[in-house]
Amino acid sequence: MRIAVIGAGAVGSLIARELCRYEAEVVLFERAPDVGWGVTKANSGIVHAGFHDEPGTTRARFCAAGNALYPELATDLEIPFRRTGAYVLAFTTEELSVLEELREWGEVNGVPGLELHRREEILAREPRVNPEVRAGLWSPTVGITLPWEIAIAAVENALDNGLELHLGEPVVGIEVSGGRVRAVRTDKGRYPVEAVVNAAGLFADHIAQMAGLEGPALHPRRGEYVLLDETTGGLVNVVLFPAPTQVSKGILVLPTVDGGLLLGPNAHDLPPDAREATETTREGLEEVIEGAVHLVPDLPLHKTVKTFAGLRPESPQKDFVLGETEVAGFYQAAAMRSPGLTAAPAIARWLAHEIALAHGLEERTDFRPVRKRIPHPADLPEAEWEALIRKDPRWGRIVCFCNRVTEGEIVEAIRRGARTLDGVKFRTRAGFGRCQGGFCTDRILEILARELGAEPWEVTARGGASRIVLGEARP
Amino acid sequence: MRTYTVDVLVVGGGAAGMAAAAAAAREGARTVLLERGERLGGVLEQCIHPGFGLHRYREELTGPEFAHRMRQELDDSGAEVLTGATVLEILPDGPAVKVVSPKGLKKFRPRAVVWAVGARERPFGALRIPGTRPSGVFTAGLAQRLLDLEGLLPGRRAVILGSGDIGLIMARRLHLEGVEVRAVLEIQPFPGGLTRNVVQCLRDFGIPLLLSHTVAEVHGRERLEGITAVRVDEHRHPIPGTERRIEADTLILSVGLIPEVRLIEDTVPLDPVNRGPRVNGRLQTEVPWLFAAGNCVAVFDLVDTVAELGERAGASAARYARGELPPGKPVPLVRGENVVSLVPSYLDGTAESARMYLRVPRPMEGVAVDVGGVVRRRVPVARPAEMIEIPLDGDALSELSQKERIVVEVKPK
Amino acid sequence: MTEKKLVCVSCPMGCELTVVLEGKKVVSVSGNRCPRGEEYARSEAVEPRRVLMTLVRVEGGRDRVVSVKTDRPIPLRLFPKAMARVRELSVRAPVAIGTVIEENFLSTGANLVTTRPAR
Repeated sequence: MRIAVIGAGAVGSLIARELCRYEAEVVLFERAPDVGWGVTKANSGIVHAGFHDEPGTTRARFCAAGNALYPELATDLEIPFRRTGAYVLAFTTEELSVLEELREWGEVNGVPGLELHRREEILAREPRVNPEVRAGLWSPTVGITLPWEIAIAAVENALDNGLELHLGEPVVGIEVSGGRVRAVRTDKGRYPVEAVVNAAGLFADHIAQMAGLEGPALHPRRGEYVLLDETTGGLVNVVLFPAPTQVSKGILVLPTVDGGLLLGPNAHDLPPDAREATETTREGLEEVIEGAVHLVPDLPLHKTVKTFAGLRPESPQKDFVLGETEVAGFYQAAAMRSPGLTAAPAIARWLAHEIALAHGLEERTDFRPVRKRIPHPADLPEAEWEALIRKDPRWGRIVCFCNRVTEGEIVEAIRRGARTLDGVKFRTRAGFGRCQGGFCTDRILEILARELGAEPWEVTARGGASRIVLGEARP
Repeated sequence: MRTYTVDVLVVGGGAAGMAAAAAAAREGARTVLLERGERLGGVLEQCIHPGFGLHRYREELTGPEFAHRMRQELDDSGAEVLTGATVLEILPDGPAVKVVSPKGLKKFRPRAVVWAVGARERPFGALRIPGTRPSGVFTAGLAQRLLDLEGLLPGRRAVILGSGDIGLIMARRLHLEGVEVRAVLEIQPFPGGLTRNVVQCLRDFGIPLLLSHTVAEVHGRERLEGITAVRVDEHRHPIPGTERRIEADTLILSVGLIPEVRLIEDTVPLDPVNRGPRVNGRLQTEVPWLFAAGNCVAVFDLVDTVAELGERAGASAARYARGELPPGKPVPLVRGENVVSLVPSYLDGTAESARMYLRVPRPMEGVAVDVGGVVRRRVPVARPAEMIEIPLDGDALSELSQKERIVVEVKPK
Repeated sequence: MTEKKLVCVSCPMGCELTVVLEGKKVVSVSGNRCPRGEEYARSEAVEPRRVLMTLVRVEGGRDRVVSVKTDRPIPLRLFPKAMARVRELSVRAPVAIGTVIEENFLSTGANLVTTRPAR
């Protein structure tokens, strides 16, 4: 049996990997040139505990469950994941009552370890928090991860287990007859399938419509971020939330797995057709800074290295749309708003199981759950690094000085599928440091061109027209 | 991992590092120079324009020619050079320096270290400019490396943000290579670079310089398609209604250099304005075995100065390694009016002579620099682009070292 | 008679100079605060000269280009022509620093020389 998964974000990639546990041919379609470049790319990277979601919602059902799967996922896929814990901070009497409500929700949702802490306790643990704080809800299971690394790792592991991957191939049609899914059509061909999983992120409504389904009605919600450099992470050691509003979880301050601090996101609903509106705005960035400074007053904003915006799919129901539909064989993993990243491993496991049950798929005995990350020698014991260098001296040549990424890592990233500057950056973190590629872009460009057998002016930052240089000075 | 014992370990193979290593070796110190790139010369190699060496060599050289001469001096000095060698860690205990290169991991146990790694460019992200994040946005140094070292063309139509000297030089280089330079934008009401460069890089070729302007927004999803330029008021806030779109596929940023202090910033006290380590007249930091020279101390205007500081640091480090540099009583230099960059940060009476370098925050005419009431020097025209250099002789130094603190200020004369 | 406004670059003062010309003859210079300013104005108003720095293609080597300069200033008005000529030139690797690529470049009396070695 052949199953198509549409969308190689964190959700689609994890579903594809889970489907590979069964006796099925799994095909993953992604319109972008690489995995994880849609909603997944510009995400807070928080693994939520599950107290933000009203009991009874699908979000609540899968959030704490997803969180509980992260340690296993991180071990199997060698992705960065750290349970930092989090505070939801209250500054007013109304916010104090919000904390009470969150604690109740959390307890109903099965979130372990929630405690209300007083001001002194919070400031003792996190001295940079605004001293006007009155209380905080402490949640020890909140963690941080790298969203795109999840997509990359899940796809690498799925490929190792027989996945067929189609990058840069948008789905343009879904054939349904007799109430059943029959085939997926892309700009390159027609693929007969017996089941389809719609994990198309911001475009999941378009895919559903191709199958003749109504919903979900999606519109993009934009969140803007400010990233501070890799020397700032130690200033705040846990995820800091403000008290949530009806609209969102608010603007946060959180450490990143790379040792920086991330501020944001704000939340602005955009018209349904603004699906590529990833630009930042002056007002938006000011709003982010204001919100972050409210939580941590003396942030070293002069250490800003990057500002960016991400879009996430929002629906009027504000909840995930999951599972089977009236079209037999067409399954949804759509409207994956927050906490989609957290819920994804649980959703993937559940949905793959549902599909297996419905189609009578056997579990494979030869599934290999483990994926090895690209070695980062700067984190390895000296003897292991020296062994790598003896094998290939390129493991001793540092290309990205900020994050100490070696040429060996970059070559390995290209071997694993990186075709662009961003593909290399997201796989190795080269160019993500405080110089933001100022010292290494030319060297990565040269390595990419050499390894791909291309000219430097054919190499792009992220596909399409995003070339880095446009030609030779002396052709 | 093998351990090597040396007298002086120099980190960085640009002008400061080459000069430091050569000077240390000439003093008889067993000296090793580490350069992370494949060749020595640092940023000089990509600065193919003339204007270097008027002080040091009494002739006008291009950057690569200046670097070539320094390499020869280094060769003659007997210092050992390791290229492709990146420092991973500097352990204050010892001190010990951990290094990686394609040949493996090494540990050095030097008696003295000269930090000479230069500066990095302020990246686009630090400006928090709104808009999309397309390709085609480069720091000036990266664009210069791509064009003048690699022979690759960064774009066809460019806007340059920042009129510092690198921005002006790149405007001319791009223009000569057939790139249409639409405009140079400068947020301040005066040019950031030298007058000579404004004339010879912009006016010579009719490239417009828009003062009190910045980039309000970046456009283009994949490759840059244009920017919105906007006029700013005296507080650098954009003035609504003055926006205008400029079509361009390339945005070059010349918006400041930041001394590189990674790996030493937790070890040694920094000067908050220079953003480099606090040094004395011998370029010694407050961690006695650590010396620093060049643009990692403060951003200098002339490579000739950087080389001279390197020599001073290298010679001092060699003497320290021999145990000939006893600590003196530190007397801090304190910024008074109209002083931004200021080197050194303190005097400690161990130098027979020293030079002081400072920058003013805005163009000023008919001013005088006052150093603790002991040295006073008239400066007819002071511009932020140029470092003012004040020699301090032995007499001045001995008088100044009697003080508790030395206030340095620039005032109307 | 024509008038030309110049900014002196002889020193950091940046004097605003006014040069009065009759054809190619300088009649007067004003605005300068020193004799170097007058000297600068007299040559700059009649025929501004600059050192040209650019790149020449390298063949058969690892480097794509080598940096070059004219070994003395050439008339600024010749720059477009000079760049057109430079685009036609190439050298074979390896090339030493200071190699003359073209003698008496565009009949200016200046040589076009490499400013770094190329491999």
